[in-house]
Amino acid sequence: MSSSNKTMWTAKVRKLMVDALPPDKLMPDSQPSYVASWIYVFGVLTLSALVVVIGTGICLAIGGPSWWHTSGLGHFFNSLHLWSVELFMFFMVVHLWGKFFMAAWRGNRELTWVTGVLSFLLSVGAAFTGYLSQQNFDSQWIATQSKDGLNAVGVGAYFNVMNFGQMIVWHVMLMPLAIGVFVVVHLLMVRHRGVVPPFEDRIHSNRKVSK
Amino acid sequence: MSAQRQQPPSSRSGRSSNPDRDIADWTGPKIRYDLIKEFTIALVVVALLTVLLASLFSSPDDKPVTLKSWAASQPLDFAQTAITELNGTSETATYGPPFNNSPGAGQKIGPISLQRIPGVTHPINTALDFVIGPLQSDIDTPGLRQALAQFRRSSTAQRTKWETRYANALGSGTFRSDTLHVKSGDYGPIATMISSLLTMARSGALDGALLRSSQFYGTDYTKPLMFLADGTYLANVGNSYHVQGTQWGMMNETGNYPGQAWLWLYTMWYQIPPFTTSHNADALIWAIMMVLTLCLALVPFIPGLRSIPRITRIYKIIWRSHYKRLKTSSSS
Repeated sequence: MSSSNKTMWTAKVRKLMVDALPPDKLMPDSQPSYVASWIYVFGVLTLSALVVVIGTGICLAIGGPSWWHTSGLGHFFNSLHLWSVELFMFFMVVHLWGKFFMAAWRGNRELTWVTGVLSFLLSVGAAFTGYLSQQNFDSQWIATQSKDGLNAVGVGAYFNVMNFGQMIVWHVMLMPLAIGVFVVVHLLMVRHRGVVPPFEDRIHSNRKVSK
Repeated sequence: MSAQRQQPPSSRSGRSSNPDRDIADWTGPKIRYDLIKEFTIALVVVALLTVLLASLFSSPDDKPVTLKSWAASQPLDFAQTAITELNGTSETATYGPPFNNSPGAGQKIGPISLQRIPGVTHPINTALDFVIGPLQSDIDTPGLRQALAQFRRSSTAQRTKWETRYANALGSGTFRSDTLHVKSGDYGPIATMISSLLTMARSGALDGALLRSSQFYGTDYTKPLMFLADGTYLANVGNSYHVQGTQWGMMNETGNYPGQAWLWLYTMWYQIPPFTTSHNADALIWAIMMVLTLCLALVPFIPGLRSIPRITRIYKIIWRSHYKRLKTSSSS
């Protein structure tokens, strides 16, 4: 690279990205030996379930919001969407508590934790708006029950759970977009920092402590 | 497996080492780990598991309640609710922001009412929007045009007298032969208005009238849902599905489905005092949940909270293979 190229914004951003995530960090083929516990499976299970959630959601979106009420195939896709969401949330909660008890924020990984929690919170919001977009009794009930909490803190003035149009746009567009951004950032941070090592075992340690 | 040394993590010079924040560099062995293969297998397993669960358990889709089904099933409850919408005593009429400026309405956290700050963003005048407005679109009903004209000409005090008498009469009213019957009395135009609204609801016309907006396409169901929620019919249907707030309903859905189980903590507060009786329960529970959520997001920065994993030593179970290996290697 010539010296003039190095001053280019594009070149600077590329260097930053390659320095932060060289190929062997982005797509490693080995991990520290402590990465041998079933708890690690729940991270990849969460990601897999998210892919199924998005895939089944796209199928429902193609048919439109009323399709699944009138079509057997549509209802089956709604069932796939529901159960993939249940699996997604289950895997994510186990992943979250696993990472909590591993204190996975250690070693400059605080933002990895924060982006993970934000992904969880956004997923709760996405599921909630999904329930509100079903156009059945559950939607009516959840909307009329939840409006009081949202109105009590002033949120309902801008986020009206009884406005089907607003809720479905949040569910199929805004929430998935936000989740996608935070999940990608979360994954890149995991790859950048690597998997957090176990707590130091004072008796059997073969590691060097650094701050 | 090959032994490698990792580069030390970025140093935080000037601070003493803290086991809940800092790490020791890993200098032990590494193992082969095929991320793409792991993800592919996980994706196939999750997809198959989803198909299995969907095939076995399907998903709930109970029909929505409509004003028509309410008026057909419980006409008296509908009429009793309609008169509260007209005389301004219903839950919606006295709700406060974002629907109206009912004096003193709005939940508080201490002295602050966050509910009142944004003001009225979805205005609802229950008398006009739920009763008079829809009736004006149905003036072909015999006697209704005259009743509405009489109502408009009358004073507020006179309207209140009629409405109060009629509301009391409905307490012992009956519905027979497609007609609402109350004891005879001077109700002015109110009896005709409420009977006409009931007829309109039973025909399904009121559902459409409450959705009417300035645009051709409408997606806002605020008005019909608020009207429905003011009666007891919707609550009774909810009760039959076991989804009332006191039945942990916020996280449940109809049928034997998991629902939003992840909302258990939020729902739990509604089951315990003082929130079971507090007028500010929603605002207080939201405040608690916001604080707890903030704590969860900021655990890494909160001394004490971030020590829980180290103190509870559950990590010993998670990494038991690792510690076992260390113990074996140190003893050999």
